[in-house]
Amino acid sequence: MTQLAAPREGASFDAVALYIFTGVAAFLSLLATAFTPDPLFRAQGYMLLAAFVVAFAAMSLALASGKLRSDPTRYADGVIRAGVIATMFWAIVGLSVGVLIASQLSWPSTFYFPDLPWLNFGRLRPVHTSGVIFAFGGNALICTSFWVVQRTCKARLAGGVWPWFVFWGYQLFIVLAASGYVMGITQSREYAEPEWYVDLWLTIVWVAYLLVFLGTIWKRKEPHIYVANWFYLAFIVTIALLHLVNNAAVPVGLLETKSYSAFSGVQDALIQWWYGHNAVGFFLTAGFLGMMYYFVPKRVERPVYSYRLSIVHFWSLIFIYIWAGPHHLHYTALPQWAQTLGMTFSVMLWMPSWGGMINGLMTLSGAWDKLRTDPVVRMMVAAIAFYGMSTFEGPLMSIRTVNALSHYTDWTIGHVHSGALGWVGFISFGAVYCLVPWLWKKDRLYSNALVEWHFWIATTGLLLYIAAMWVSGISEGLMWREYTPQGYLANAFVETVAAKHVENIIRTIGGLMYLGGAVIMSYNLWRTIRLPSTAKAEPEAAVTPAPLLAAAE
Amino acid sequence: MSGLSYEAVARFAQQGGTIYFGLLFFAGVIYALWPRHKAQFQRLAQLPLEEDDGDHV
Amino acid sequence: MWKSHEKFERHSLILLIGIIIVVSIGGLIEISPLFYLESTIEKVDGVRPYTPLEQAGRDIYVREGCYLCHSQMIRPLRDEVERYGHYSLAAESMYDHPFQWGSKRTGPDLARVGGKYSDNWHVDHLTNPRSVVPESNMPPYKFLAETDLDYRNIEQRLRTLRTVGVPYTDAQLTHAREDLETQADPFASQRSGLKQRYGAKANQRDFDGHPEQVTEMDALIAYLQVLGTMVDFRTYHADSPENLR
Repeated sequence: MTQLAAPREGASFDAVALYIFTGVAAFLSLLATAFTPDPLFRAQGYMLLAAFVVAFAAMSLALASGKLRSDPTRYADGVIRAGVIATMFWAIVGLSVGVLIASQLSWPSTFYFPDLPWLNFGRLRPVHTSGVIFAFGGNALICTSFWVVQRTCKARLAGGVWPWFVFWGYQLFIVLAASGYVMGITQSREYAEPEWYVDLWLTIVWVAYLLVFLGTIWKRKEPHIYVANWFYLAFIVTIALLHLVNNAAVPVGLLETKSYSAFSGVQDALIQWWYGHNAVGFFLTAGFLGMMYYFVPKRVERPVYSYRLSIVHFWSLIFIYIWAGPHHLHYTALPQWAQTLGMTFSVMLWMPSWGGMINGLMTLSGAWDKLRTDPVVRMMVAAIAFYGMSTFEGPLMSIRTVNALSHYTDWTIGHVHSGALGWVGFISFGAVYCLVPWLWKKDRLYSNALVEWHFWIATTGLLLYIAAMWVSGISEGLMWREYTPQGYLANAFVETVAAKHVENIIRTIGGLMYLGGAVIMSYNLWRTIRLPSTAKAEPEAAVTPAPLLAAAE
Repeated sequence: MSGLSYEAVARFAQQGGTIYFGLLFFAGVIYALWPRHKAQFQRLAQLPLEEDDGDHV
Repeated sequence: MWKSHEKFERHSLILLIGIIIVVSIGGLIEISPLFYLESTIEKVDGVRPYTPLEQAGRDIYVREGCYLCHSQMIRPLRDEVERYGHYSLAAESMYDHPFQWGSKRTGPDLARVGGKYSDNWHVDHLTNPRSVVPESNMPPYKFLAETDLDYRNIEQRLRTLRTVGVPYTDAQLTHAREDLETQADPFASQRSGLKQRYGAKANQRDFDGHPEQVTEMDALIAYLQVLGTMVDFRTYHADSPENLR
């Protein structure tokens, strides 16, 4: 048995290290599954065990057949291809769950099932948010960062097979988190719901990601580091920091799912929203700005409008963002000085955000006709426009008096969706539309017309969504504070719920349209991958011309 | 830690934060505008445009 | 070759350290004073750690994601104070690991829902929200009444909470199971150990209409009924200097 599985002569160190790691992890998860008194922990343990056993078996086969060796003269593109597929897969999953929970709020009698507690809104909502932010957005960030760092450093990804560990480890994180939510395993920290053991697993994956990324930068042939990599690096490092602090918790037992936060009450609230806001700032903004700073110039074949502005933009953005969290806690029991500080920096944040928007948009100067001719460019420009719109709306909503109206209402939901669907979604879709023909060596997408359809359906859906949430958010905020002439509250709470029924339906339709766009895109990409390859017959062709030329002389 | 009064913390956080940000911002601007860096930035800006769609390093 | 390689690493490490410094100082200045400033949490009478049954109910509240639609933070705005009651104090959530302030009101605020409705109303409403409030879009929680509460590790849960700073006494820990069962037992003495350990105000009765078993519904309603009822507002003076925040 060991003979069969033993790595052959010449197996590289990184592959053997990962092999041993996988084997140990499989053994540990077997022990945990066997000895836990907690049925939920056992269910998660079975998933871990299955994942590690499959990984171990796959690695055994690969090692025995001498695969898993990396060719240093080639870019590691396989893991990026997998990342693109995962990105689209999770986009469909995350958006579908979103449509389902929007339907639940619109038609509760139809879409709630009294005997299926795991389909209730409270359990599915984290599946939607994590699915879209971490599964779709995270995979988009990881795979594009792997592309960008290799191309701008002119070096193959560091770590041999470990980029594959980052990829599969991250998928395992998503599956553990999402299956945990539907079973009721949650820390109740928004956008950081996974319990302590999933957090530990993500920490391991994330450190591997950081090392792969840094290691690739260290191998570069160019003395300086392209600015897109700065944004990606800030995203990776800061998310690690936020993750470690915000998830500080003490588990009830080593083999129990439940844990209690190390902080309580007001301190816990500030730390959570310091995390929450900077998840927006560093995951959903800095990372995707890295994407913008590579894919927009690449696609329009123009250098970035101002490289200097991008540097000032970078430092101001990461500096200011980290202070803005307390605007989520206006008028709460958080001390006033912290609220004021959060509001001040949130308003200041408008400047670097728009600096980035201008830098992205003006990169098109001299190539504005591409907006008309290339729907992928149009999608990325729309993303930048939505970025500008939501980074204007954000500072506005962080002003205390505006926040008094907008907080706790659907306005916030509309705001995050203009950022998530408009900015994050569209810039990722644009990058993926660029990447698929490059990765699968096709000279074009299967259909530009389908990209047009995707763009217009998704944009219409998005606008319906945002408009519906503006109307319902502002009207419920006003209804809550409305008084009769006699000085009594004019509306019972439930009247404001009833008043939003139509907007809830419009929102559901908008979300469904956005999902439809993603389905069209997936079909288009699948057909693109199945196009006949137009690869310039490399590597042989790249090498052979030289001797031929020599012979001719 | 009774030495920390509400006013002292508020003042330190607000004024200190502003000064700290001002210093950092100007350091960033000076670095970005430093004449010697100009050529380097121009070359860096061209990096994504170089032909690298193939998978050869 | 090695020399230039070293320079490459140096560049990226400077960038890395620069990023860490820039992002961590802001967070430190903003967050750390909260742990040291005494005025962060007011001095009030009455706030106590949750009883074992209430804590078990709180864990169900967290598990079901109630915080996604219900806040527990009343802001000092006229309409909120009139709709929900006295604005929330930091002290009222000082034993909450994690906090449940929430960020969205798809349903109403629950910071002071304790005592506003009868236990029966809660059972009906949780079982089928639309049977009581026709316009509601809340999910149904019928299964809570049908599921026995799992409290095999309740003592361990309270012990973990003590580790993170909730001042449970040794007696409260060792009697955790007994106190939990007593609180849901309508036939237990009103001079029970529970009342001695958690105060005479603690609710002790059958919450879900099924006295013979302790269900998840018992625990959740016990938690809802204590929300916002602990502070004695007759002894709290918002204007006094030590409460300046």
